[in-house]
Amino acid sequence: MLTVRRFFATLGPGVVWLAVFLIVPALVMLGYSFLTRTDLAQVGGPWTLESWQRVFGYDALFQEWTGDNVRVLWRSVWVATLSTALCVLMGYPLAFYIARQDARRKNLLLLLLIIPFWTNFLIRVYAWILILRPFDLVPSLTATLLGMVYAFVPFFVLPVYSSVEKIDWRLLEAAEDLGAPPVRAFLSAVFPQTLPGLVAGILLTFIPALGTFVVSDILGGAKTALVGNLIQNQFGQAGDWPYGSALSFLLMGAVLLGLWAYARVAGQKGLEELV
Amino acid sequence: MIRRTHPALSVWAWLVYAFLYLPIVVLVVFSFNDSRFGATWAGFTTKWYGVLFARADVREALAHTLEIALLSTLVSTVLGTLVGLGLWRYTLRFRTALTGLLVLPIVVPDVVMGVSLLMFYSFVRQGLERTGWTFDNGFWTVLLAHVTFQISYVALTVRSRLAGYGPELEEAARDLGASGWESFRRIILPLAMPGVLAGALLAFTLSLDDFVVTYFTSGSGFSTLPVLIYTNVKRGVTPDINALSALLVLVTVVAIVAANALLRPRRDA
Repeated sequence: MLTVRRFFATLGPGVVWLAVFLIVPALVMLGYSFLTRTDLAQVGGPWTLESWQRVFGYDALFQEWTGDNVRVLWRSVWVATLSTALCVLMGYPLAFYIARQDARRKNLLLLLLIIPFWTNFLIRVYAWILILRPFDLVPSLTATLLGMVYAFVPFFVLPVYSSVEKIDWRLLEAAEDLGAPPVRAFLSAVFPQTLPGLVAGILLTFIPALGTFVVSDILGGAKTALVGNLIQNQFGQAGDWPYGSALSFLLMGAVLLGLWAYARVAGQKGLEELV
Repeated sequence: MIRRTHPALSVWAWLVYAFLYLPIVVLVVFSFNDSRFGATWAGFTTKWYGVLFARADVREALAHTLEIALLSTLVSTVLGTLVGLGLWRYTLRFRTALTGLLVLPIVVPDVVMGVSLLMFYSFVRQGLERTGWTFDNGFWTVLLAHVTFQISYVALTVRSRLAGYGPELEEAARDLGASGWESFRRIILPLAMPGVLAGALLAFTLSLDDFVVTYFTSGSGFSTLPVLIYTNVKRGVTPDINALSALLVLVTVVAIVAANALLRPRRDA
């Protein structure tokens, strides 16, 4: 039984820490999104919905709706979707390859997958400048996409791999014995068993791809700005915290919505196993 | 059971691995390139490593990176281990909410976490102004931010390490006369230890690697290696940054191979 005393001896300190440095800042952020910019990077009254209107495309200066912001949001979703799709294409077969090796090789291959994953993110993204510059590809949307796939593919492979590891291959044999052609046998006997890993992998790829500003900042250039760059800019040059807050909150909301949907399907255990 | 892998699958796998290692190899090769400008090869040199070690800002950023990583790992390992133990031991009414709270720092995009902490610190600073107290963004604000994203990783690693054991373990220890503290110290903690170490290692690397949250919470006078690399890359690539990157790759490889050797028994379990 969890008493107050035991709570503060185990879960308490960590939970209080997360409440103070995670929940309270999120609430501060929500509050700031309804304030006005008074000076550079300063906020104050009156309370207003202006930042939220801007998020969805209203231009307060010209008092009209423009597509610019919505276009950035749309581009972010599109780029994240495309890079996630490419990760699936690259990583899904790779997970099968690794899972089917003997124990020693498997360990080595996983290690080889984790090394770039744990090598400083910025350095790896930056290295693509060296590679792509001779082809005149920096900055471009292609470079951003490439950088994202490169950065996120290990995030995708690891959860899929742990699903593939648990596959009951007897189901495949059964399907083959019953006369299913290879593709059909795979789709009905193997693919469904990899679904939990696939969904987790897609989430773990799509979310960072949606939120990144580093990759697009280094490899993309101004014309291919994503919502992450837009947010960064509000806390840098533009100095518009309320607008930046609203954008961040929208991004966080989208992520939480996706996670909530995932938890509904995968349950408590799935949520814990996501990471 | 090991099934035969299709040759096409092997080819595909090695292509993906080549893709993953290409930038790292290029980086290391160019760190030995005797040319001021990256793209063409002008002979072998080690001078960029000399240039790198002569830079005071690099040495300072390295010291900051290590200080933050060591301290934040220490704090987050203690807090995270306690949370992990609590998650394992108690049946909780708000388990889903708690799990959600723990998953939050892992899934919320870095940029959101960074800017919300930036605003939070500014909010607190304004509140303190009336009392005459104040603080600048720098070491402490970065440290607190790092602990915040590390706790979850430690807690979940510890919890999953203990997942195979039931509460009867503790009951048995109690029946044999151990006090609560004794059973914790002599039974539970040793069992959880591989998870605690793995969590600490993960927390440490996350701290070393973090750019986004540090960037937003560090203020102007304080930088870590990733922040320094970012500002250098923005200004234009110089070969000594290649050397720095190559060194960091080397450190990572050594650390991971060592960690893998340390944790191997657990991996097979």
